[in-house]
Amino acid sequence: MTRSLQLTADGQLKHLLTLDGLSPAILTRILDTAESFIDVGEREVKKVPLLRGKAIFNLFFEPSTRTRTTFEIAAKRLSADVVNLNIAASAQSKGETVLDTVSNLTAMHADMFIVRHAQSGAAHFIAQHVEPHISVVNAGDGRHAHPTQGLLDMFTIRRYKGAFHNLRVAIVGDVLHSRVARSQIHALTTLGVPEVRVIAPRTLLPTGVEQMGVHVFHDMQAGLKDVDVIIMLRLQNERMKGARLPSAQEYFKQYGLTPEKLALAKPDAIVMHPGPMNRGVEIDSEVADGPQSVILPQVTYGIAVRMAVMSLLMGPAQ
Amino acid sequence: MKLHIKGGHLIDPMNGIDRPADVFVAAGKIAAIGQMPDGFHANKTINAAGCIVCPGLVDLSVRLREPGFEYKATLESEMLAAAAGGVTSLACPPDTDPPLDEPGLVEMLKFRARNLPGPRVYPIGALTQKMKGEALTEMAELTEAGCVAFTQADTPITDTQVLLRALDYATTFNLPVWLRPQDFYLARGGVAHDGPVASRLGLPGIPAVAETVALSTILLLARQTGARIHLARLSTRESAAMVRAAKLQGVNVTCDVSANHLHLSEIDLTSFNSNLYFMPPVRGLRDRDALAEALKDGSIDAVCSDHAPVDDNEKQLPFGEASPGASGVELLLPLTLKWAEEHGVPLSDAIDRITWKPAQILGVPGGQLGVGSCADICVFDPRTRFTVSSKTLKSQGKNTPFLDIELPGVVKATVIDGHLDYEAI
Amino acid sequence: MNAPLPDTATLLNTLVEAIRPNLSPETALVGIHTGGVWVAEWLHQALGIKTPLGTLDISFYRDDFSQRGLHPEVKTTQLPFNVEDHPIILVDDVLYTGRTIRAAMNELFDYGRPGSIHLAALVDRGGRQLPIQPDFTGAKIELPAGKNIQLQRNEQGNLILLIQ
Repeated sequence: MTRSLQLTADGQLKHLLTLDGLSPAILTRILDTAESFIDVGEREVKKVPLLRGKAIFNLFFEPSTRTRTTFEIAAKRLSADVVNLNIAASAQSKGETVLDTVSNLTAMHADMFIVRHAQSGAAHFIAQHVEPHISVVNAGDGRHAHPTQGLLDMFTIRRYKGAFHNLRVAIVGDVLHSRVARSQIHALTTLGVPEVRVIAPRTLLPTGVEQMGVHVFHDMQAGLKDVDVIIMLRLQNERMKGARLPSAQEYFKQYGLTPEKLALAKPDAIVMHPGPMNRGVEIDSEVADGPQSVILPQVTYGIAVRMAVMSLLMGPAQ
Repeated sequence: MKLHIKGGHLIDPMNGIDRPADVFVAAGKIAAIGQMPDGFHANKTINAAGCIVCPGLVDLSVRLREPGFEYKATLESEMLAAAAGGVTSLACPPDTDPPLDEPGLVEMLKFRARNLPGPRVYPIGALTQKMKGEALTEMAELTEAGCVAFTQADTPITDTQVLLRALDYATTFNLPVWLRPQDFYLARGGVAHDGPVASRLGLPGIPAVAETVALSTILLLARQTGARIHLARLSTRESAAMVRAAKLQGVNVTCDVSANHLHLSEIDLTSFNSNLYFMPPVRGLRDRDALAEALKDGSIDAVCSDHAPVDDNEKQLPFGEASPGASGVELLLPLTLKWAEEHGVPLSDAIDRITWKPAQILGVPGGQLGVGSCADICVFDPRTRFTVSSKTLKSQGKNTPFLDIELPGVVKATVIDGHLDYEAI
Repeated sequence: MNAPLPDTATLLNTLVEAIRPNLSPETALVGIHTGGVWVAEWLHQALGIKTPLGTLDISFYRDDFSQRGLHPEVKTTQLPFNVEDHPIILVDDVLYTGRTIRAAMNELFDYGRPGSIHLAALVDRGGRQLPIQPDFTGAKIELPAGKNIQLQRNEQGNLILLIQ
């Protein structure tokens, strides 16, 4: 098995491609560093000069406004120069390969690529082919991983719950297609959460998901009992085609989070959602806007966590 | 050309020979074994000291990429690579562009191959026109042009009625049909074995039932029609068990496994290496081990390379976007030797799986070195190990999952039709 | 040689007495993590400062990020007062090249426009690489080549200077 692509020879983080295989120490360091950046975000001058002169390129082969904007804000708060490349629209349609795109951008003195791509493994692929001084951050690759989202979700949990070692966490929804869920599961198990549950119909669960260290529930009532954290996943409209689900209505009835189902969890349970939400499909508006929802703070934490990730990756030239 | 292969250890499984013996070749045939015939003056002597001398390898699946895919590889380069791997006969699938569904294309391919140094080329013809699974090809005409069997390669027929009729038609002329068992719908969209590794990596999966459901259909239709069926590239342990049972019931079926599946499993996927992207996918460890055992006990008859050269542009892509296929005609012998080492298989049995058995399946001469048979010979050093590298591979396809892996077995010389078509420097 | 030298308590008192005549009712102390914060805490109590103590972590303002990366332990910056309304005394334990102070001042300016900044250092060991000088010092010492001086805090909370 090859040495982890993400780490340098002395165990420092060089790329952030997946949370799978990262030690609790590294994850904790990112969360701790993010704490300091929260303070920066709360003062008037929200910038620090840490990455001045560095060029960060957003390579979004799969379009996304929200995630890209968060990365852009994070990079600018570190005083880095940011270039946004919406590849979906331009080079790829002209037949330029991923590698050609990367080479061209390297020639423009890039220091970091933030990559989102529809194929699982795309960020790994790019990281295997970049020049040694460039760091790659995976902003989402196919169904495989969305490590910064997983980290900001952990940051949120730590903020509201203090520690991981005594929690029950439930992830509800389309785990099969979710890179967010996979990253969350890796982070939760690494950080020592004793019980991680996934709640979904069989058609939305990956084969052998138990081997990732989770308990499977098909009955949402049973699955939500006494949990401390509920993470709702977005249900894509496409899932109704391809014979995985009959309708959004039946899905909402069986797997949607309503106030009644929320009451089965602990009274101080928090409700999270990586966004964007489909109100009335996976989550009831009353819950999404209710007192237990921490969905809006998640967004703020996302900027701080991404600032932490970028700062930790860029450092001495390799 | 008179050849004297001197000082080697002869292994000829079909003729039960496994002892030191010299081999003498004249006029393209085996002239004598052991004792030099009177008046024999060799034009060339091959020093086989420390080497095994065996029938030339018969590889049941080698893509030569002509016609149509010359940018991936050419007839010249791939035939040379095959000869360097000790292969003296090969079958090439019809998935070219255009596919081998017309006699003219088959004749052209055979003509081109005949005039190049390298193995005997046996085209497998398309079972349906343009491989579309709808209309039959002119199998009788194609057989006259040189096809030895008919197949759908990697595009299974979805219409079972068409499949049944294709089998019936082929059986009319006693023509073998090669089928890779895969249910189109169950495999749809998948790029890796549907198991815990693909789930972790977020790769769309192809479940084992995609193979066994189709295999079940094929075996039932085989029994119904009496067709001569060869099952290509089994990948699951259930398939091995099903074939074992079918043979016991007297179904007329043979099967092969690719050398890749004897060694690789889903565990090897973790770095998203697109050289591991090929069909059928590598499956679980238990599948790999069951296939290795089945080849050992003979339930699986033969092992082939399933050689598929892919150029860098189509492999250096994120996993699911790459073109599937692994290069490997030069690695068939080393991978078979490694399998034999790891599973305690006698060398003679191992050689049988890549010489006599595939020759039988193809229904062509070769695979054995009886006096008077054609001189297709492989001389190799079983003890020397080498590291697979893109520099040393002769195929234009450098897309092997075994890059940087050390393997046993170096071919010293390959004789085809009495000509020394390859000699190691 | 791991000898405590000079007497830290004496230096702290010297520093206190140097600052005392220059205090105003609004003076704010800002300590630089980590040693500067310990000294500032001590000064804050000894001088009876009313304005809450400020603490500064300069990790994000250092000039050696490209060489050394982010410091393993980033602490937080807390400035519980408005920098524009208070004369600030920046406090550090050991003043050496001056780069830490440059970073600290840049950071303070990102919180507002300070009315004034003065610098208090427990020890000035010389070796400046920037035009920065302390206004209040506990002692000025010269170190032999290859030696470092460091402030440490023991379990009882006492501050001790060590030369290594």
